[in-house]
Amino acid sequence: MSMILGMLPSVLMIVAPILITAIGGMICEKSGVVNIALEGLMAIGACTTAAAHVLMEMAGVPHTLSLFLALFMGLVVGGLFSIIHAVAAINFNADQTISGTGINLLSTGVTIFASQILFNADRTKEFMMGMQTDALGIYPTAYIAVAVVILSWFLLYKLPFGMHLRACGEHPGAAESVGINVKKMRYFAVLSSGVLAGLAGGCVVLTQTIQYTSNTINGRGFIALAAVSFGRWNPLGVTGAAFLFGTAQAFAIIANNVPALKVLPSEVFNILPYVVTLVALVLFSGKNYAPSAAGQPYEKGAS
Amino acid sequence: MKLSRERLIQSDGAVSVLVVFLGFLVGTILIALVGKNPLNMYKAILQALSGYNIDNGKMNIRYIAETINYSVPFILCGLSMGFANRVGLFNIGGEGQYIMGMTIAQMVALLGPQVQGLHWVLAILCAIIIGSLWGGLVGVLKAKYEVSEVVSTIMLNYIALYLSRIITLQMPGATTYKTANFPETALITNDFFTKITNYSLLNNGIFMMIIAVIVFWFIMEKTSLGFGMRATGFNKEAARASGIPVVKSIALSMAIAGAFAGLAGGIVALGSFKYGRVLSGMDNYGFDGIAVALVGNSTALGTALAGLLFGMLKNAQALMQSKQIPKEITFIIQGMIVIFIALRSALILYQQYLDKKKLQKEVGVK
Repeated sequence: MSMILGMLPSVLMIVAPILITAIGGMICEKSGVVNIALEGLMAIGACTTAAAHVLMEMAGVPHTLSLFLALFMGLVVGGLFSIIHAVAAINFNADQTISGTGINLLSTGVTIFASQILFNADRTKEFMMGMQTDALGIYPTAYIAVAVVILSWFLLYKLPFGMHLRACGEHPGAAESVGINVKKMRYFAVLSSGVLAGLAGGCVVLTQTIQYTSNTINGRGFIALAAVSFGRWNPLGVTGAAFLFGTAQAFAIIANNVPALKVLPSEVFNILPYVVTLVALVLFSGKNYAPSAAGQPYEKGAS
Repeated sequence: MKLSRERLIQSDGAVSVLVVFLGFLVGTILIALVGKNPLNMYKAILQALSGYNIDNGKMNIRYIAETINYSVPFILCGLSMGFANRVGLFNIGGEGQYIMGMTIAQMVALLGPQVQGLHWVLAILCAIIIGSLWGGLVGVLKAKYEVSEVVSTIMLNYIALYLSRIITLQMPGATTYKTANFPETALITNDFFTKITNYSLLNNGIFMMIIAVIVFWFIMEKTSLGFGMRATGFNKEAARASGIPVVKSIALSMAIAGAFAGLAGGIVALGSFKYGRVLSGMDNYGFDGIAVALVGNSTALGTALAGLLFGMLKNAQALMQSKQIPKEITFIIQGMIVIFIALRSALILYQQYLDKKKLQKEVGVK
């Protein structure tokens, strides 16, 4: 028991960014746009935050201010790159999987290209100090994640705005007919997913590593995407899914230090989230919880 | 004039050339913006394409051979994505199918019977089979349980990656990053190629790739199986109504798609390496295959040409780096190409707008 309690801070550290990203992805799909670019947007946020933080550190900006500004910049740049997806999916009725794939491919190039220009290396320079834990050993990112979950729940289920947003994902034609601006709603949703993925990328860098490399995000965005489906598109479910997946990932890291777990290769824990998702998708098939218009472009006036 | 513009918008080939051009344009501007000389990028590309080094006037055929060798897995993974695409599916799982093919080929190479002429054939066959099983699984999940192939393939990619590590770490002589060397009988190296191309890695995989391109074309365009698949891709309901077994089409197309990617894995494992690799990350051929198929419009010939383009870019990376151009510019160009392909739907909207204008003019609406 004490072992599990002792693990909690590291589980929270790993869960927080996945959860933040997944909530963004959920909002996006609720509005009817599928965003498989979460992985790439996280990478862009992570790279921006790492670069901004190390540059400000070198310039002598106070630590807390630097952390805050760096996270903010990651969030903004994540949002900016998501505009590509928004324009393609919402204005041009593009295939959302293709434009998401494009952003994912672009992100591997852009992040390392920027590092090459700024630091003359295929990674950002190491910063001296990332985020610090509080008295309980917990990183502030965990509290950010909790705030994001509560806010998203309040927004989606307690405000008229949220109901309108969800209507756009279920039946955009009906939403439009009662005067909801479907395009505006979807823009808001795609930008939120970009902003949250960018923020989450920054959280990964500042808590789990000391620089950005091409391996920093390593599938976390795709895990978040899985958490959205596995959590059945509602904030509580997504939180549960993110916890399950995060715990499995934490085990993969911790397993090396626990003799009882060492009999299994640590990869077994790495595989777990993906297998669980796949099995769950099969088991829950038939009952479709996904927003019914997710992934389909909406053309005004077309039946 | 107007007619030619309409025809250009409607021609897939012309649009592909346009998006590739736009991708390079963005890359060139970006290089110039960060204060480097874009000309160096094109010098590297010229050298990767023709073997001719414009700076010292020397010619080395090895570069051409390496470009072709790099393009082999790109083309095969492109065929994998393209085949599924023609049936209306989006196969993001090429990477997983590729990894499984690679892993099994390595396993057979290390443990299989060391008989000349049989050993490598067996390894390649096993790679094709496991690839098609890995892809077919997605097809079955999609056809029977309506599991989105986008989500399931992404999951299977990571399952493949970690499964590959678990399996390969059990192989003889495995360290944290490689296994013992393969026996000679498992390799698909071609001594003749090696000799005439100044020791490039070009190997017999090129013949398998050419056969695969022909097989793709033949199944798709010349058989009733392919016809049913294309019909399913155009309109599932209409295909179902006209008696085409849609479920079978979907499952089978994913299996065939997986076979192409599995073959790619086998060829890279036995042709480009002499030992098994314990993967620490993805090789990304499967992901890049998505872009290759999109540029090639999912046709056999188009995909082959697009694969050559991507192989050339990959080969040019090291040359760019030596000319102080960050090699990641090639990833940016590839990413931009895919984004422009997504945006090509804007051309359709533009066409609709033109049609509307024309109609309004004809009926005299102001």
